[in-house]
Amino acid sequence: MTAQSMLLAENVSKRFGPVTALRDVTLRLGRGEVLGLIGDNGAGKSTLIKILCGFHRPDTGRIVVGGDEVVLRSVSHARSLGIDTVYQDLALVDELSVYHNMFLNRELSRWRLLRNRTMKRMAAEHLREIGVHIPDVSVDVARLSGGQRQAIAVARSVYSARRVLLLDEPLAAMGAKEGAQILNLIADLKAQGDISMILIVHNHAQVLDVCDRVNLLQHGTITFDKPTAETSLEELTELVVAEYRNRSRA
Amino acid sequence: MSDAAVAAPHKQHTPHRQRPPRRNPIDHFLRFREASILLVAVGLSVYFYSASPAFAEEGNLVTISHYVAPVAILATGQVLLLISGEIDLSVGHVYALAPFLMHYAITFYNVPVLPAIVLALAAGALVGLVNGLVTLLLHVPSFVTTLGMLFLLNGITLVTSHAYPVPIPEEARGVAQWLGAAPWAEMMWALAIVAFFQLVLSRTRWGLHTVATGGNQHGAREAGVKVNRIKIGNFMITSTLGALTGILEAFRINSIEPLAGGSGIMFSAVAAAVIGGTALAGGSGTIVGALLGAVVLGILRDGFNLLGINADRYDLILGGAILGAMVLNVYLSRLRVRGSLR
Repeated sequence: MTAQSMLLAENVSKRFGPVTALRDVTLRLGRGEVLGLIGDNGAGKSTLIKILCGFHRPDTGRIVVGGDEVVLRSVSHARSLGIDTVYQDLALVDELSVYHNMFLNRELSRWRLLRNRTMKRMAAEHLREIGVHIPDVSVDVARLSGGQRQAIAVARSVYSARRVLLLDEPLAAMGAKEGAQILNLIADLKAQGDISMILIVHNHAQVLDVCDRVNLLQHGTITFDKPTAETSLEELTELVVAEYRNRSRA
Repeated sequence: MSDAAVAAPHKQHTPHRQRPPRRNPIDHFLRFREASILLVAVGLSVYFYSASPAFAEEGNLVTISHYVAPVAILATGQVLLLISGEIDLSVGHVYALAPFLMHYAITFYNVPVLPAIVLALAAGALVGLVNGLVTLLLHVPSFVTTLGMLFLLNGITLVTSHAYPVPIPEEARGVAQWLGAAPWAEMMWALAIVAFFQLVLSRTRWGLHTVATGGNQHGAREAGVKVNRIKIGNFMITSTLGALTGILEAFRINSIEPLAGGSGIMFSAVAAAVIGGTALAGGSGTIVGALLGAVVLGILRDGFNLLGINADRYDLILGGAILGAMVLNVYLSRLRVRGSLR
């Protein structure tokens, strides 16, 4: 399995002051695989994603990308290795246009001047290609609806992720219909098979729909790892309910 | 993707946002953020000219340019900082200190004139660096950091100069014409600086990252924008421009004054920036707008002089005028955001 892993985090731990966010986590992502990451709020899912995308550095443990051990120095460094992220908070800048947001921190420039026309054209083309309908990409993101913003954030990362796409609750704040469309986009990417993905979603039915495998993160540790074909909605729900019961008892 | 429109379901909630821009030229003009303040400047000019035709004489225009230029240069840096979500209260005191540093280097250390000026500008950049490092690494709000720096710099200026003015060093007379002594020299500097930094703001990565930093600092950081570097850089630009303004003004009045610059002109620059449409909360603003803001302030000041309005009433009317200009500007901005002017 290791030989085929696109991304491997081994024995990763992370503390924030007195709080242990992750404890000895080992997570594997195969080539072209879609891995669902589930767990209660505060279980450490976002922290794990932020370590894998270079935003946080782990206290201990190692990270292997495409077979090479790396120390992810920054988000830009991870991106240069082909890892891109859709953050829970979307990381969009309201005051900037759609195309500037899509090219944020990977702008095209010539003689230090931004190539706005080229970026605008490319952004519009890319959005059309993946089926996101935005009438005018030069409009500020502040003017878009919640669903449109979410779509922009996802489209931006899909555009630049070459190997790994990390999606931290890409369906939050979306209606059922819009959420289904984002899931379709993920399914399309999966069918192309070039990109491996880690997907944090709260809805277990959606996890079973699009993911190949599912990991459960509890109190900073991965406690469950099965292919989705070998588990069921009942089992996943039972796991989470059991955790809830244990916690209430404690 | 199979379904053709991820975004379509929300479209009906925002019909006015999707409307294609109308071709009405007045609407088109008002869409520019600077339009409202330009209208105010033109209106004031017409009023003062009708009240006193001397307003349009060259001598008076030069006087206005002397009011406008220093404020516009200081505002240029302030706009970049405000957009990235910070402020510099100390820039008026960098203004006071920089020409003294040039004078010390030339007179006491025999440094040639141009390197002495470069040293004074570098000292300005260093002040900005300290402001930035204290603000970002020690997490002191920039309002407080630069407030401390304001008094510190004032102290340094007063102690080292013994609070006495000095004339421009003889050695520096050669460059004086270029650096502010010629009637339009300072305004030319101001226009060149405004044009250059407007280009930086609207057409370079630095400008884009400045807006991103002020608009959504956390998001910008997640996207990999080097937020601290952007902010520290903008602190350094602001202070360096403060030093340059102080040097230009010293050459213009042919004297280095310990009480030059200060908080008054610093706040004028912030006022010019805000009148010109820069948001104090960060994320938006233009440098051309700040120049127009400085023009409005300069015209008001000059116009009041021409009309012989009592100096005691000057601040009273100026304050009211600033508030009026800002209310108008905010009102037009709101119309623009709502889409009525789109």
